[in-house]
Amino acid sequence: MDISMIYYLVPTLVMFCCGIYGFITRKNMIAMLISIELMLNAVDINFVIFNRYLFPGQLEGMMFTLFAIAIAAAETALAIAIIINLYRAHKNIDVSDLTKMKF
Amino acid sequence: MFSNILIYFVVIPVVMLGALALCRGMKAIRTVAVTGSLALLGLSIWVLCDYLEMRAAGIDSPMLFTGSWSWFAPLNINLAVGVDGISIAMLILSSVILLTGSFASWKINPLPKEFFLWLVLLSTGVFGFFISIDLFTMFMFYEVALIPMYLLIGVWGSGNKNYSAMKLTLMLMGGSAFLMLGLIGIYYHSAPEGAPLTWNILEIAQNSSIDKGWQYFLFPMTFVGFGVLGAMFPFHTWSPDGHASAPTAVSMLHAGVLMKLGGYGCFRVAIYLMPEAATELAWIFLILTGISVVYGAFSACVQTDLKYINAYSSVSHCGLVLFAILMLNTTAMTGAIMQMLSHGLMTALFFALIGMIYGRTHTRDITKMGGLMQIMPYLAVCYVIAGMASLGLPGLSGFVAEMTIFVGSFEHADMFHRVFTIVACCSIVITAVYILRVVGKLLFGPVYDDHHRTLTDAEWWERTSTIALIVCVAGIGCFPNFFVDLIKFTFSPEIFAVLGMK
Amino acid sequence: MAITLPLLILVIPLFMFLLLGLAGNKMSHRMAGILGCLGMGTTMVLAYIVSFTYFFSGNPDFVDAEAHTRLQWVVFNVDWLSFTDNLVIRLGFLLDPIAALLLVVITTISFMVHLYSMGYMRDHHGVWEKGFQRFYAFLSLFSFSMLGLVVATNIFQMYIFWELVGASSFLLIGFYYRKPSAVLAAKKAFIVTRFADLGFLIGILALSYYAGTFNFMDLTSSQLVSGAYQVNIETAENIKNIFATSAAPTFMGASVLTWALVLIFMGGMGKSAMMPLHIWLPDAMEGPTPVSALIHAATMVVAGVYLVARLFPLYLMEEASLEIITIVGALTAFYAAMVACTQVDIKRVLAFSTISQIAFMMVSLGVARPEFHHGIGYMASMFHLFTHAMFKALLFLCAGALIHAIGSNDYTDMHGLRKYMPVTHITFLIGCLAIAGIIPFAGFFSKDEILTATMGHSTFWYIWMSAVAGLTAFYMFRLYYLIFWWKEHKVREGHHAPHDQPWTMTLPLVILAAISCVAGFVPMGNLVTWNGHEMFPEGVSFFTNLKALDWTVACVSLAVAIVAIIIATVMYRKENPLPAKMKRALPALWDWCYHRFYWDELYMFITKRIIFNGICKPIAWFDRHIIDGTMDGFAIVTNKLSFAIRGFQSGNAQTYVWWYLIGVLALGGITALCLL
Repeated sequence: MDISMIYYLVPTLVMFCCGIYGFITRKNMIAMLISIELMLNAVDINFVIFNRYLFPGQLEGMMFTLFAIAIAAAETALAIAIIINLYRAHKNIDVSDLTKMKF
Repeated sequence: MFSNILIYFVVIPVVMLGALALCRGMKAIRTVAVTGSLALLGLSIWVLCDYLEMRAAGIDSPMLFTGSWSWFAPLNINLAVGVDGISIAMLILSSVILLTGSFASWKINPLPKEFFLWLVLLSTGVFGFFISIDLFTMFMFYEVALIPMYLLIGVWGSGNKNYSAMKLTLMLMGGSAFLMLGLIGIYYHSAPEGAPLTWNILEIAQNSSIDKGWQYFLFPMTFVGFGVLGAMFPFHTWSPDGHASAPTAVSMLHAGVLMKLGGYGCFRVAIYLMPEAATELAWIFLILTGISVVYGAFSACVQTDLKYINAYSSVSHCGLVLFAILMLNTTAMTGAIMQMLSHGLMTALFFALIGMIYGRTHTRDITKMGGLMQIMPYLAVCYVIAGMASLGLPGLSGFVAEMTIFVGSFEHADMFHRVFTIVACCSIVITAVYILRVVGKLLFGPVYDDHHRTLTDAEWWERTSTIALIVCVAGIGCFPNFFVDLIKFTFSPEIFAVLGMK
Repeated sequence: MAITLPLLILVIPLFMFLLLGLAGNKMSHRMAGILGCLGMGTTMVLAYIVSFTYFFSGNPDFVDAEAHTRLQWVVFNVDWLSFTDNLVIRLGFLLDPIAALLLVVITTISFMVHLYSMGYMRDHHGVWEKGFQRFYAFLSLFSFSMLGLVVATNIFQMYIFWELVGASSFLLIGFYYRKPSAVLAAKKAFIVTRFADLGFLIGILALSYYAGTFNFMDLTSSQLVSGAYQVNIETAENIKNIFATSAAPTFMGASVLTWALVLIFMGGMGKSAMMPLHIWLPDAMEGPTPVSALIHAATMVVAGVYLVARLFPLYLMEEASLEIITIVGALTAFYAAMVACTQVDIKRVLAFSTISQIAFMMVSLGVARPEFHHGIGYMASMFHLFTHAMFKALLFLCAGALIHAIGSNDYTDMHGLRKYMPVTHITFLIGCLAIAGIIPFAGFFSKDEILTATMGHSTFWYIWMSAVAGLTAFYMFRLYYLIFWWKEHKVREGHHAPHDQPWTMTLPLVILAAISCVAGFVPMGNLVTWNGHEMFPEGVSFFTNLKALDWTVACVSLAVAIVAIIIATVMYRKENPLPAKMKRALPALWDWCYHRFYWDELYMFITKRIIFNGICKPIAWFDRHIIDGTMDGFAIVTNKLSFAIRGFQSGNAQTYVWWYLIGVLALGGITALCLL
């Protein structure tokens, strides 16, 4: 148990940055969604880590993670539904092309 | 809470809203609208009778039927209600105009249900405003009355309606912004150091703890805020466009009642709570309102659209209301309230008639009509009566109001007030010019357009609406002392001791 | 006096107005006419009872028998609108000599006109004029308002009814509302008098502000017993003192009281068509002729004279205001008489004659001073008001009969009618003799008193007014000859020969002619004086007026009148080239007179060019473009601004994240820098 917290935090940071990078650069909505998931998961892991290292006797961080996972699942389902509907309507899920509902 | 009679002025419209939402078919909608407004009229007459009885019994607190229920305790916001003679006069005016407005929009098309929903929501705001004595609640109701205007004009209006609706709403909202600032300012100075702050008008007036420096800042804020709605020069330009585009009933309610919110607010908030600043800063606003009076009248002389003429005439007449309020003496202020009543009724009559004429001829341009007296004698005669009321024929309401104002204004003996009083007096001549110009062009003379010959005269609901208004106009004109007594008691000596008012 | 009769005098016409106005369409024309006549007839009888009781009963409420002074009696006075504790508009009934006199005049003429209209308002086939019921309703409204005006107990009540007579005059002038000229005339009449009323109103405000009362009794009289007042010069002096001791007793060189009185007189100028506010009266002839007889000859137009007479003790306080009244009156009298000499439309001649005669009354008031023959000018003015009402109504009704028979207003279509319409001819002649001032007709006596009063004040104005009296005789006989003589009447193609009208129309003519013959013998000096004192305390007889004549003045004025009539006879009795020669000899003068000295054009210029185009239009433009432009400008600026920065709101989530990241990094950087 002498692995320092930093060894966990660096991979999650990398994961998170990958997520941001993906979210900014990809135009495909599915890819963007995956990026968001990546960010979320990075945060989830962080929660667990902080809980484990900083407040060993408590379970709030774990519970939050479970919560976040559940919500992320729901959100993903919703997002996928929207994307599928958009695809049906536009035959395209490239964000830069979907400007129909702009001002 | 429901034992206080005043609360029903808000409850009835809310119930009406619910009933309207459930309505199917024109008939049900009309029934709800008419029943509801009749109930409101009955209620206001009941309140009036009770009020007179209580006054006769010697109760001389400034407000009667008071009640207060906490709404948001941390900021001490209450739903505080209470009325005096002025509010009762305004309540009666509002209910009469709501009733006649419902009759005037008997055949509103399209979306009748939605139209009445918004209209009733608007009147909820109006009634709520007049019964509130809590600044915050008052402001809330004020906003409730303003917002539906946007949709009512935007959806059911005519002509350049989007522009007008937007302009009207934005300008009035701009006024509200000033007002909000002013009200919050008043709130933070509503009580002496250490005592709990309050929004209640009566308490604020009693504390009179707003120091002079702040009054100089807050008085213009509130006066301009309300003045925008009272069509004070130079913030009046929403009025011609707004009225021209609005549907009949909305024009009626707006010119008849909503513009009165401005005058009422100026009196109830700006002057009532900050009398010192009022005495010292009155001259600025006297100049503005004095300009309003003649400026509106002169502008009305050259308009060709009936509604524009009437809107400018409203600028002139409402200018006279604010003008009289600023004279800061009992007679002139009584005149101001009379003028509000009078203008409310006769301008509602005007807009109702214009709506009816427009509904038949499909034009409001007086150069494209003529000789309507031969085609629709009933409407034409009503128009002449409305015109006569507007130019101040004795026996109709305009005369008593204007004369009270002029006599009151003349009580100031200095040159500045004299000059402006005489300038305001001149408006009676200019008013005669533009009224007779319309009467001559529109009603008299040969028939201009032969297509108009087949048009029909008023239907029964239109007759009901106009007759009700004419009876009220003539009632005030013939028995003014009743209203004067009702109003005058409000100016009890303690309240205006600080003004040194007679 | 019981309250019932006086109240009924006001209530009956009002009730008739409401009845005929609201239910007129439901009843037949004849029914409406008969109802109207009945109502007015009853009112007339009641007014006679009230007036005669006032004048002749000797009741101590009405007359102080020992002092030979008539009193003012307040029959009732109820609060109507209270401004302050002192300034209260009351509606009441004040019975005093002038009010009683006017009650008689108004109800008599009004009844005659009601009767006459039964015949006048239908065509030759007996078909009723359209809107006949409306006509009667308006007549009743007018009678009500006029009666309310003369019995007013306070100046504001007077103003109220003043406005009401203005409105009913508007409605009646515009009775033929299909005719654009009638509509224009009605509008003009209303607006011009309204402008004058502005002065009246301001005058009232000024007067009442300082005096602290609207009541005539408090302005000019003192109370004897409850309800009975006596005209008292001291009250007026008190008022003057109040003005003199106020904070600002003068304004622009004249005292405030003078200003107030002159402004009030301005109201009178408007209603009584004094120059320069006379322009509406000639045009008002667009109304039906009975209306002209009632409103624009006999009753409403003398309201201005009545107003000055009502406040006469106050006017006495300010000589300057009386001088102004004299000058305005004298100029108007001359001007109107000149114009009347050239007009073609017979109603216009009569209209200008009316203006001129009312000016006589004004001058008479202007020159009246208590120290000269108990203020004979005042008495003469009211006397002339009374006689003039009778003979001028007669002349107008005759003109109506002529117009009805011929179908035109111009004498050029008439000529030589004496054989065709004998009754009209004789009655018209009586009217002319009366107005020309030939003994023993009514006008002689009243005009003679006026000239006497003028002479007592100033010789210049006496000569001036005598000249005007000569002109009066001239233009009236010019009119008379041109209508009834000049040349043989040519019956137009397809028309019947003109003939006298039905009895409903001739009866009023005969009655009024009879009154015009004898009205001069009414001993007015004992009935109407400025302070109620009887002029002949020793008692009166039928010949009192004759005996009291100042024979120098009388002879001069008679001579002037006869000379003028002779000139008119020479010029106009038979067709001859003399008038045309005269016209050619003085073309400029004739043009100016014929075009009424271009007053209308001047007013047109002022209203159309200066006020409408020079004030109204720029203001409307200013409103739309500058004021509204500023408001729109705010909107436009806001709009532009938001367009300028809307690039940030691309709607592209990825760009937002970039900005977010930059923000976070910047914040982090700043925090780091701060911490370091």
